[in-house]
Amino acid sequence: MIDFSLSTDIINARAMVHMVAETDMRPLSREYDEREHEKPMEWLTMMWNASKGLVSIGGDRKEARGERKAAEKQVRMAVIIEELSWGDAGLYLSIPNAGLGGAAVMAAGTQEQKERFLARFRDGAPKWGAMAITEPGCGSDSAAITTTAVRDSDQWVLNGTKIFCTSGLMAVEKSEGFVVVWATVDKTAGRAGIKAFIVDHHTPGMTVAKVENKMGIRASDTAMLVFEDCRIPIENILGSPEVQQSTEGFKGVMATFDATRPIVAASAIGIGRAAVDFLREVLQKEGVTIRYHVPPTKLTTVERDFMEMEANLQAARLLTWRASWMMDQGLQNSLEASMAKAKAGLAVTQVTQKAVELLGPLGYSRKNLVEKWMRDAKINDIFEGTQQINLLIIARRILGYSSKELS
Amino acid sequence: MVNFQPTEEQQLIRDTIAGFAQEIIRPAAHEADETGLIPSSLVQQAWELGITQSTIPEAWGGAGEIPSAFTGALICEELAWADLAIALHLLAPRLVIQPVLALGNDTQQQHVLPAYTEPTFTAGTAAVMEPRFGFDVNELATTATRRNEDILLNGAKCYTPLAAEARHLLVYARSESGVAAFLVPRDTPGLVIGEREKNMGMKALATYELTLNDCRLPASAQLNGALSPLLNRSRVALSALAVGVARAAFDYARDYAKERRAFGTAIAQKQAIAFMLADMAIEIDAARLLTWEAAWKIDAGQDTPLEAVSGATREACLAKNYAANMVLKVTDNAVQILGGHGYIRDHPVELWLRNGRGFATFEGLAMV
Ligand SMILES: Cc1cc2nc3c(=O)[nH]c(=O)nc-3n(C[C@H](O)[C@H](O)[C@H](O)COP(=O)(O)OP(=O)(O)OC[C@H]3O[C@@H](n4cnc5c(N)ncnc54)[C@H](O)[C@@H]3O)c2cc1C
Ligand SMILES: Cc1cc2nc3c(=O)[nH]c(=O)nc-3n(C[C@H](O)[C@H](O)[C@H](O)COP(=O)(O)OP(=O)(O)OC[C@H]3O[C@@H](n4cnc5c(N)ncnc54)[C@H](O)[C@@H]3O)c2cc1C
Repeated sequence: MIDFSLSTDIINARAMVHMVAETDMRPLSREYDEREHEKPMEWLTMMWNASKGLVSIGGDRKEARGERKAAEKQVRMAVIIEELSWGDAGLYLSIPNAGLGGAAVMAAGTQEQKERFLARFRDGAPKWGAMAITEPGCGSDSAAITTTAVRDSDQWVLNGTKIFCTSGLMAVEKSEGFVVVWATVDKTAGRAGIKAFIVDHHTPGMTVAKVENKMGIRASDTAMLVFEDCRIPIENILGSPEVQQSTEGFKGVMATFDATRPIVAASAIGIGRAAVDFLREVLQKEGVTIRYHVPPTKLTTVERDFMEMEANLQAARLLTWRASWMMDQGLQNSLEASMAKAKAGLAVTQVTQKAVELLGPLGYSRKNLVEKWMRDAKINDIFEGTQQINLLIIARRILGYSSKELS
Repeated sequence: MVNFQPTEEQQLIRDTIAGFAQEIIRPAAHEADETGLIPSSLVQQAWELGITQSTIPEAWGGAGEIPSAFTGALICEELAWADLAIALHLLAPRLVIQPVLALGNDTQQQHVLPAYTEPTFTAGTAAVMEPRFGFDVNELATTATRRNEDILLNGAKCYTPLAAEARHLLVYARSESGVAAFLVPRDTPGLVIGEREKNMGMKALATYELTLNDCRLPASAQLNGALSPLLNRSRVALSALAVGVARAAFDYARDYAKERRAFGTAIAQKQAIAFMLADMAIEIDAARLLTWEAAWKIDAGQDTPLEAVSGATREACLAKNYAANMVLKVTDNAVQILGGHGYIRDHPVELWLRNGRGFATFEGLAMV
């Protein structure tokens, strides 16, 4: 039966996370926007201690199908991430956890790999996981990557350059984390030649060449990783041996996005809501009320804009919950995940830009956080598949086209 | 707990209506638009499905189902997918049934409801909109004033569906206590039903202007109680209808784009077209989910009739505005995707654009 209410369990979790967002994250927000490349280690350690066991976002369809308990895992995650990002999206992205790399291991790794790489996120010092796909020469077109993996007896040898790796620095140099690296074992094979490899922290031959300066989400490190004859054990190829022979490996990792795109959407929505909440408060203080029930011809521009912002945000949220709910039900959700991501990425970009506009000097000033939210929001329309790439995926699905037929 | 799946019973209702919409309504849509006539056999067949009368209590001869805004939204979407004008014709009796159910006293219910359980289609309607700029349902220009024991209605109404044949007419007017609804017999002196209107779209739907000139009613003609929950039901209905029209346009444009070739490929293989379609798909789902949420909120009883802005009003208004913008954009894209052919009346997309344009204007034209 249709139900748009959250379970008590999720409502309680949300309330708890909201407190963290409001009392712990917001006060750090401006500081770590300005002190780029520094981390609030005390808070991050606290988050690590609080969230251990929450090994990874993403997850495993089979697990969702099998376990009754997992029934609300993704919806719950979407709600929590929205709340954390309402606090601060850059800080949220910096929280020590297995991250995208962990999601890939969850989705496509063997039992042994899950144990070997994910167990460490349950205790000890804070750790980060990362995923490195993007290269200087290719981003959206991930099948065109040129980083190579060559087999040398019982090792893989990686060579190439990866850029824009979220938490790359933390994962490979500042903690006992790992990074999942996409490389080709056979350039002539195209997509089928691409495999994912798990590279452990501090592996010789892997260096952090650069940490980027960014428009927003500055608390999160975005690293360039260079691989020069970087040797890893043969069993660090992601997935089972059979999977390694086919394109299933690529598909398996791509399937990670079915889980992570709604999460990115949820994060976007958190930023957008922060801006809308701020705007609502300012309007209330100024005695401006939103008259939902009056006809469009009688609305002020501010009312009209505000309602449009609210509706777009809520539409994005419902699309996100639907994609997450489908995942929880063990349903194929690639289409819906891309819909949520495309809608949220664009909606939130527009919502935060509108908030800066409507708030005038209050919006543009760095005394308030609205301008920061606008800078933070934009990334959501770029990473985990740009707006255009998600439209492409949606279009292929609704038209029944292959990537050859529509590119 | 969040759930996006309608119940089995709701899915069954939707499938039934969808089948009827596809097999019976859609094939009749083009001719109905051209001639302005809806075949009475079609109307009768739809009547026999029972969608209009299902919520009438058993005591008055109906099936006594609880009027669910959500189920109503499912029905509206499917009917409008086939044709908006025919959908509004079939749904018109609800314009009087639902308010009488919600607000009518025993006498009023007994007076009105049994007519809608008869074996043949019975027209009923409501007059909400007024022919003026800045029409606002909260501040009607039509007035209801007390004259001794009686009430006098004065004003002008437009877009009143099926007024010429309606068994019951519900007229909304501004009274001392705010907006109220009045049951007006068609032969009341002072009530003049004008000529059938000519509109840009929905040409198959017979709508009328009304003039009310000292139209005298007994006090018992007034439905008592707050109207805002009913307005929200109407907003949900209109949103769902808009989603249906948009989905029709999307389906048609998608199929056309895969067939039509230009510059050596199907035009759907051009990103300019493919991205339009992807965007249409997102926006249709977005509007549907906003509509469902508003409907769910009404059904969950969170719609309290106490204040003007309360309960589901925010959700219903956001959904309605969103859907009205969405349907215009989507139907316009559909015409664009068909190029010159989209402009020609042999294809239905131009009709859907003409129909879609109305949603920003419509208020109180349908009820779930
Ligand atoms: C802060 C940040 C963090 C990131 N984190 C990670 C990470 O952890 N791991 C990782 O691997 N990557 C990460 N990325 C990289 C990110 O995923 C890419 O930037 C993104 O996929 C786009 O690739 P690109 O920048 O090379 O742009 P391009 O692929 O060069 O795209 C440029 C423009 O062309 C458009 N375009 C490309 N292809 C098409 C097409 N077929 N049709 C239509 N338009 C097209 C794009 O939409 C875009 O507008 C991160 C990036 C940033 C900025
Ligand atoms: C009222 C009317 C009067 C007209 N008068 C004349 C006239 O006097 N003389 C005459 O010769 N013609 C006339 N036309 C035809 C008109 O010029 C064509 O309809 C128009 O050029 C579009 O062609 P089409 O309809 O075949 O659409 P198509 O070419 O089939 O295009 C369909 C859709 O695909 C898009 N599309 C096509 N190719 C691409 C591409 N490469 N990339 C991206 N998108 C693409 C189009 O923009 C359109 O949205 C008239 C049409 C109408 C409706």
